[in-house]
Amino acid sequence: MTPLLQVENIAKFYGARIGCTDVSFDLYPGEVMGIVGESGSGKSTLLNTLAGHLTPDRGAVRFDTRADGLRDTVTMSEPERRMLSRTDWAFVHQHARDGLRMNVSAGGNVGERLMAVGARHYGDIRASATDWLGRVEINEDRIDDRPSAFSGGMQQRLQIARNLVTGPRLVFMDEPTGGLDVSVQARLLDLLRGLVREMGLSAIIVTHDLAVVRLLADRLMVMKDGHVVETGLTDQVLDDPQHGYTQLLVSSVLQV
Amino acid sequence: MNPAMTQSDQDRHEERGMNDYNFAYLDEQTKRMIRRAILKGLAIPGYQVPFASREMPMPYGWGTGGVQVSAAVLTPEDTFKVIDQGADDTTNAVSIRRFFQKTAGVAVTEATTEASVIQTRHRIPEAALREDQVLVYQVPIPEPLRFLEPSEVETRKMHELEEYGLMHVKLYEDIAQHGAIATAYAYPVKVEGRYVMDPSPIPKFDNPKLEMAAIQLFGAGREQRIYALPPYTQVVSLDFEDYPFEASKADHPCGLCGAEDSYLDELIVDDAGGRLFMCSDTDYCAARQAAGHRGADAAPVLEGMA
Amino acid sequence: MIRVEHVSKSFTLHNQGAAVIPVMRGGELTVARGECVALTGASGAGKSTLMRMIYGNYLTASGRVMVGDLDVAQAAPREILELRRHVLGYVSQFLRVVPRVATLDVVAEPLRAVGSNEAEARARAGELLAQLNIPERLWQLSPTTFSGGEQQRVNIARGFAHPYPVLLLDEPTASLDATNRATVLALIEDAKARGTAILGIFHDEAARDQICDREVDVTRFTPGLAA
Repeated sequence: MTPLLQVENIAKFYGARIGCTDVSFDLYPGEVMGIVGESGSGKSTLLNTLAGHLTPDRGAVRFDTRADGLRDTVTMSEPERRMLSRTDWAFVHQHARDGLRMNVSAGGNVGERLMAVGARHYGDIRASATDWLGRVEINEDRIDDRPSAFSGGMQQRLQIARNLVTGPRLVFMDEPTGGLDVSVQARLLDLLRGLVREMGLSAIIVTHDLAVVRLLADRLMVMKDGHVVETGLTDQVLDDPQHGYTQLLVSSVLQV
Repeated sequence: MNPAMTQSDQDRHEERGMNDYNFAYLDEQTKRMIRRAILKGLAIPGYQVPFASREMPMPYGWGTGGVQVSAAVLTPEDTFKVIDQGADDTTNAVSIRRFFQKTAGVAVTEATTEASVIQTRHRIPEAALREDQVLVYQVPIPEPLRFLEPSEVETRKMHELEEYGLMHVKLYEDIAQHGAIATAYAYPVKVEGRYVMDPSPIPKFDNPKLEMAAIQLFGAGREQRIYALPPYTQVVSLDFEDYPFEASKADHPCGLCGAEDSYLDELIVDDAGGRLFMCSDTDYCAARQAAGHRGADAAPVLEGMA
Repeated sequence: MIRVEHVSKSFTLHNQGAAVIPVMRGGELTVARGECVALTGASGAGKSTLMRMIYGNYLTASGRVMVGDLDVAQAAPREILELRRHVLGYVSQFLRVVPRVATLDVVAEPLRAVGSNEAEARARAGELLAQLNIPERLWQLSPTTFSGGEQQRVNIARGFAHPYPVLLLDEPTASLDATNRATVLALIEDAKARGTAILGIFHDEAARDQICDREVDVTRFTPGLAA
């Protein structure tokens, strides 16, 4: 089986400071990987480097493209990489307003990726948008409202719909439930789980919330000071952590 | 000194008191710079070429881009016409026409067919233009993607990579809100299947005329951009398969000349809300009236007065 | 189906003076197809630890943990996930679910994971819940609000939804009344008859005697306790 994403020895520096370094892993189709660590551990740098938002200082990020199999996205041309990021890739930002066009209606937000890949039939685009709003539990009659009129949880669900409408194969998520009420988080998590399973999505989720990764991620990567200190099955890393830092992280979670 | 000018041209200008100005106001280096931008624009139809826009003796928004382009293309043999929303007789049109009369000493006209260079604000003349004519547009905002993407870096990247999905998002929003594409002017077009271009705020009625025999040059002074359409360039108005582009106009004949094929201005003529529809192209309307065409609201022709 | 060979395990507590606590040495175990084996030994002897090592939830320091053809001690995460999806089921003592997800969906989830269609998965889930006396009016509610006994039964229904060839059961009959206990034991008997290899921890001696073919005392693998 070919991995969907093959990350080899990625490093990103900010001057002399380490963003992240020596990161390697394979992600297979349908797998969800969580990346945890405290603020400044390099997890967001890693995610942005993998998603092509930052250029790594060394290493390769190979993606199993539909046309040519594994290709290094670091060295591929920018048009190709941008095409990937609006077809096979998706990026869910922590703050929905970073991932939405706030002055465009919900329907327009969802339709944009379709139009970006050539959809030119208004009726079809609107039907897709309606379908996707339903799938993320946004009432159809909100289709012409702007996201600025939505609650935080709705905005986040809209962002997910906007990202998934073109049927991507790999989703990058940066703290997708951060900043949401706990009750809203739970619903979003369940929604994400369902979509991941139905669509056979692979996902890389950055979060500092261990409960989120326990529920969403198959595998876990723990980062500290730009280095990966531990990887493994999510429940194994959380229940039998090997590294001192992971043990500290796990034992620091407040019990409800 | 304009190298294209012959000694006799110089003499003629001096006779008219042209000593105080360089031909067509701008210095020769500046005109060369603008001509280079124009040539580049013609070579890459629809592509916005940056140029070092100069201060002109009029405020931004009054056509400083168009004026600089006109200054760069005018020769002493040219006949110059200026229209503002189709009219030759508005303040803006009159000022610019006089400006070049004074600084270039060129002949001026209000007749579309007699002009070799026409500067326009927000209209394309009704009469079909010829291969020996140049149409110069005044452009306020040259970037058609600006509506949804505020970053210039990003819009340039989008043009480079032909990422034009956003343009259709704008049209989608129109249909979602109004049930039809409500964009009535500055309607975006795709040029030769490559660049998406803002045709300046002409009514979308004029969009089909963008495929024409004359050279079309677009100048944005404040935004410092020039772009161009060579003769017979393919220009397609963006639309959806199920909401095709329509070149609409008010559903009336001209009240003055009776024309049914021209773009109309709507005029409120009395306190009772009475209205008059009339050709926005004043030259076209006047020519038709001179040829004997009469609309429903035209003053009656008194017997024996002609 | 399960073959544990010479496994050892210790915990290193880095944040408590790097204390090393050996918890298992020389662990040996086999469970054949259609066989039910009980792990015995005093509390803290390592019954749950061994079971978690087989499930891949705890890392195995040395030795082999064969489930079918896969050595869980060496396998890559995705191989273990695949094993858990299709081959290896686990009914733990505690129910761990996404809050606000309906009970019926919680139970149907393992079937969806192996690609069953939605209607079949829900039908099978309903069947199990009914068998375990979870009233139908609760099916659309999240089990997080249920009583301990109800949660345990939801957990069991979930564990038995997909016919795994290998099942690990951690106290499946604890906190159940006589009727439900009998139902669970019947489910286990059915699974055995199907050829499922079962490894369980049962404090309920009567249950153990009724369904288990053999017992393995983990005390002999416990460092410090082994004779």
